[in-house]
Amino acid sequence: MEENLKNNVAQPAIDSKIPEGPVAEKWTNYKAHQKLVNPANKRRLDIIVVGTGLAGASAAATLGEMGFKVLNFCIQDSPRRAHSIAAQGGINAAKNYQNDGDSVYRLFYDTVKGGDYRAREANVYRLAEVSNNIIDQCVAQGVPFAREYGGLLANRSFGGAQVSRTFYAKGQTGQQLLLGAYSSLNRQIEMGNVKSFNRYEMHDVVIIDGRARGIIAKNLVTGKLERFAAHAVVIATGGYGNTYFLSTNAMACNVSAAMACYRKGAYFANPAYVQIHPTCIPRHGDKQSKLTLMSESLRNDGRIWVPKNIEDAKKLQAGQIKGSDIPEEERDYYLERRYPAFGNLVPRDVASRAAKERCDKGYGVNNTGQAVFLDFSEAINRLGIDVVRQRYGNLFDMYEEITDVNPGELANEINGVKYYNPMMIYPAIHYTMGGIWVDYELQTSIKGLFAIGECNFSDHGANRLGASALMQGLADGYFVLPYTIQNYLSDQITVPRFSTDLPEFEEAEERVQANLDKLMAIKGSRSVDSIHKELGNIMWDFVGMGRTKESLETALEKIKDLRKEFETNLFVPGDQEGMNIELDKAFRLRDFITMGELIAYDALNREESCGGHFREEHQTEEGEAKRDDENFFYVACWKYNGDDEKAPSLLKEPLHYEAIKVQTRNYKN
Amino acid sequence: MENSISVKLKVWRQANPKAQGEFITYELQDIPTDTSFLETLDILNEQLVEKGEEPIAFDHDCREGICGMCSLYINGHPHGPATGATTCQLYMRRFKDGETITVEPWRSAAFPVIKDLMVNRNAFDQIQQAGGYVSFNTGGAQDANAIPISKVDADEAMDSASCIGCGACVAACKNGSAMLFVAAKVSQFALLPQGKAEAKKRVKAMLGKMDELGFGNCTNTGACAAECPKNIKLSNIARLNREFICAKSSD
Repeated sequence: MEENLKNNVAQPAIDSKIPEGPVAEKWTNYKAHQKLVNPANKRRLDIIVVGTGLAGASAAATLGEMGFKVLNFCIQDSPRRAHSIAAQGGINAAKNYQNDGDSVYRLFYDTVKGGDYRAREANVYRLAEVSNNIIDQCVAQGVPFAREYGGLLANRSFGGAQVSRTFYAKGQTGQQLLLGAYSSLNRQIEMGNVKSFNRYEMHDVVIIDGRARGIIAKNLVTGKLERFAAHAVVIATGGYGNTYFLSTNAMACNVSAAMACYRKGAYFANPAYVQIHPTCIPRHGDKQSKLTLMSESLRNDGRIWVPKNIEDAKKLQAGQIKGSDIPEEERDYYLERRYPAFGNLVPRDVASRAAKERCDKGYGVNNTGQAVFLDFSEAINRLGIDVVRQRYGNLFDMYEEITDVNPGELANEINGVKYYNPMMIYPAIHYTMGGIWVDYELQTSIKGLFAIGECNFSDHGANRLGASALMQGLADGYFVLPYTIQNYLSDQITVPRFSTDLPEFEEAEERVQANLDKLMAIKGSRSVDSIHKELGNIMWDFVGMGRTKESLETALEKIKDLRKEFETNLFVPGDQEGMNIELDKAFRLRDFITMGELIAYDALNREESCGGHFREEHQTEEGEAKRDDENFFYVACWKYNGDDEKAPSLLKEPLHYEAIKVQTRNYKN
Repeated sequence: MENSISVKLKVWRQANPKAQGEFITYELQDIPTDTSFLETLDILNEQLVEKGEEPIAFDHDCREGICGMCSLYINGHPHGPATGATTCQLYMRRFKDGETITVEPWRSAAFPVIKDLMVNRNAFDQIQQAGGYVSFNTGGAQDANAIPISKVDADEAMDSASCIGCGACVAACKNGSAMLFVAAKVSQFALLPQGKAEAKKRVKAMLGKMDELGFGNCTNTGACAAECPKNIKLSNIARLNREFICAKSSD
C-alpha cells in the first residue's frame, strides 16, 4: 500500500498562483492587477453558493450586493441554522485596540506558528490583513459585540497568542456573526439578487468542458433531484469532523459536497489535519449522539489539572472522592508545569495531547479515566462568583444542564481555601484543517469551482488557533472570494446561461439517482447509524489523537471491511417519495467512509508529527510533536483515481516561506 | 448517574402535510437519565428502523441549544419542562420512571407540518427578509470603534439578539403571534446606533409581513416570554410597540 502511495506521486505540477512581491504586498498587488467584471455584466452571471455558514452566507450576500445573480443552498430549514452558529468564543483581528503589541504581522506569525508551519504563508498574511475589515463590517451590521464601560469594544485572549485580540459576543459569537451575515443575505434575497433554497442538499457538481457549471441537488422535502446551472460554483459546506461519528459538529454536518467535488477531480488537501479540541464534555455512553464543546475562552480563567498522586486518581475513578476534596498542593496543573510561558492557553493540539498523556498514564478523573478537571476555584476566589458568572454564566448553565453539576457551586473548604466544583473535560473532534485544495484565488483544481471556509484547506496549516475559524470564514466570504471570483468570471461574460437539459446534467443526475437506488436496494439488516458508529470507533481508536503506522494500516483494513458491510448489509426503510431521513443519512455515510480512508492514507504518508497530526513514532523525548521539514514541508494533495476502492494518488505542493523562519514550535518560554 | 427509567412516548405521526395525523405510543425501556431527550428519540428511531419501520422525522441539528432547529411540544410545553433550554438541552432526568410523555409538533397556522414533528418555519425567514437588517454593502464600514456604544445598551441589544428563531413563542401563544420574535430583532437594532437610520421603515415592514403571513396579534399574555428557551424578555414587545407607534405617528 505504501509503495502504491509513493509510486503514484505526481504528474501535474500544482500551481498555487501566489502573486509576486513581498508577503505584505501580495494581496494589494493582486487586487490592483486582477480582472474585474463591470456592473452590467455581473447581472448576466449566475453563481451557485452551497452552504450558508459564515463563509457561504457572507459570500452569497456580498456577491448579491455586487450585482451577481446568486443561487444559495442550505441543508437546514433556514440559512440561519448553519453550524457556524454554534461557535462560542470569539473572532480574532489585529486591531491592537488593547495596545498590547498586536499587529497584522503578529497575527500572521501566530497563525503560521500555531499551524506548525504547514500553512501557505501568502494566504495567512492576507487573512490577517483583512481581519480588521471583518470587525468593522460586523459592527456596522449591528452585531452586538461585548464592550467596555467607555463604549469601545472589549477583547479577550485565546490559545496560542500572548495578546488580547479576540472579539466576542458573550459565549455566542458565532451566532451573532452568522446572524449578521444572515441579515445581509436576507437583504439580498428581498432585493431579488439571491435566491434561497432551504432543505436542499447538493449531491453532485456538474462539469461541462472542464469547468464547474452547476449542481444536482436533492429537495429533502419532496425527495426529488433537481438541476441548477451557473457560471461558477462555490462550495462552503464545512468540515468532515463527523467522519468520527462523535464530534462537536452538528448532526447534519457532512462531507458529501466536498466528496462530490473530489470524485470529479478536485484535489483534497491535508485530510490528516484534524483538530481535537481539549475542552469538551467527556463521553457518557454508547447512545450519545454528539459531543458538546465548552468554549476555549474558559481557559482564560479556568485551570486544567489532574491529581499529583495516582491514588487520588484511582479514588476519583471509583467515585470515592470528588475533585474538590483534593487540596491545591496535591493538584498537578500540568499545562502550567509543562508550558510556563503560555500555561493554560497553549494551542489546542498541545493541550489535547497533554490531557491524553495524563489520562494514558492513569491520572484521568472520571469513571472511564478519560477526563481532566477544568477548575474555576482560583478565579472565583480572586474575582468573586458574580464576575466569573458574567464572563461564563451561559457556559456554566450549559454544563450543569448536561452533567447535573454546577461549576460555580462552593463544594469544599480546606485550610481556609474555598474549592468549587470543577468541570470535567476531555478532547473531542472539533474542526478539520484539511479540505478541498484551493489556490490563492480559492479556486479548486477544477476551473470555476471554488471552496471557502472550513471546507477548504488553506489557512490553518496543521492546527487552527482558537477564534480563527470565524475569521477565516468571513474573510473568505466577505473580502477574498468576491474579488478573486471576478478574475475567473471576467472572460465568462459572453457565455450564455446554460440549459439544465444538457447531457452533462442528464448524466450527473442519472448517476446520483443510480447511487440512491443502490442504497435503497441493499435491504440488509443494519441501520445507518450503527455502521456510522462503527466507522467512528475505528477512526477514534486508530486515526485519532495518537497515530502509528500500524494503527493506520489497521484502520485502512477495517474501513475496507466496513465498506463491504455498508454495501451489502445496510437497511434503509421507506421509499424515495417525499422525505426519507434514513436515505439522506445513508447517502452521507457512503462519503464518510471514503473520507475516513482518505484521512488514514494521508496520516500514513505523513511520517512526521505536526499540529493536529501526531505520529507516535515521531516525538521528542519530552513527548512534543517532531516535524520533518526536510521531507514533509509540503501540502499533500490527493487525487481521486476513479473508484472509491482504489487508493488515491499523491501530488505535492511544496511550501515556500519568505517572511517567517521555520523553526520548532515553542510554548515553553 | 447510573439511573435509568422506562417511559412511554406518545408521538404525533403524520406522513406528509396533507395526511391525517395521529398519536402513536411507543414504549422505551432502560433509558439512562443522562441521555438527552433527542437521543431518546434517536434510540426509538433506531428501534423503529430495526423493525423495518420509518423513523420519526423531527428537526434537530446543533444539539447544544443554539441553532434553533429543534422544536417539539413536550407535555404541553414548547421545548419541554425545562426553562431557558431548548429540546436538545433537555435530559431524561427531568422525567419520572413510567411517565407518558406527549410529543407534538409546533401547532400554528403559520408553521404547517411537513412530516411527523417537523414543521415549515419559512415564514420567520420572510419576516427577517422584510427588514431585519442594516442596509449597507460589504466594504463600506468605518472603523469599528468610531462610534462608542454604552455597555448597557450593547448588553441589552445582545440579550435581544440571542433569539434563536425556533418558533417556541409562536407555538406557546394562544393567538399564534410572532410578536416576541419580531420584537427581539427590532429591539436589537433600536438599541444600537447602526440600526437607527432605517428604524421606522424596519418596524413597519416586519410587522406588516408578520400580519400578512397569518400570524396572530399580541394580547400581552406573556406565554411567549415564559416559554422562550433563550429568556427573551417581554419588554422587547413594549419596545416594539413604542417603535411602531413612533414610526406610524411620523407617517
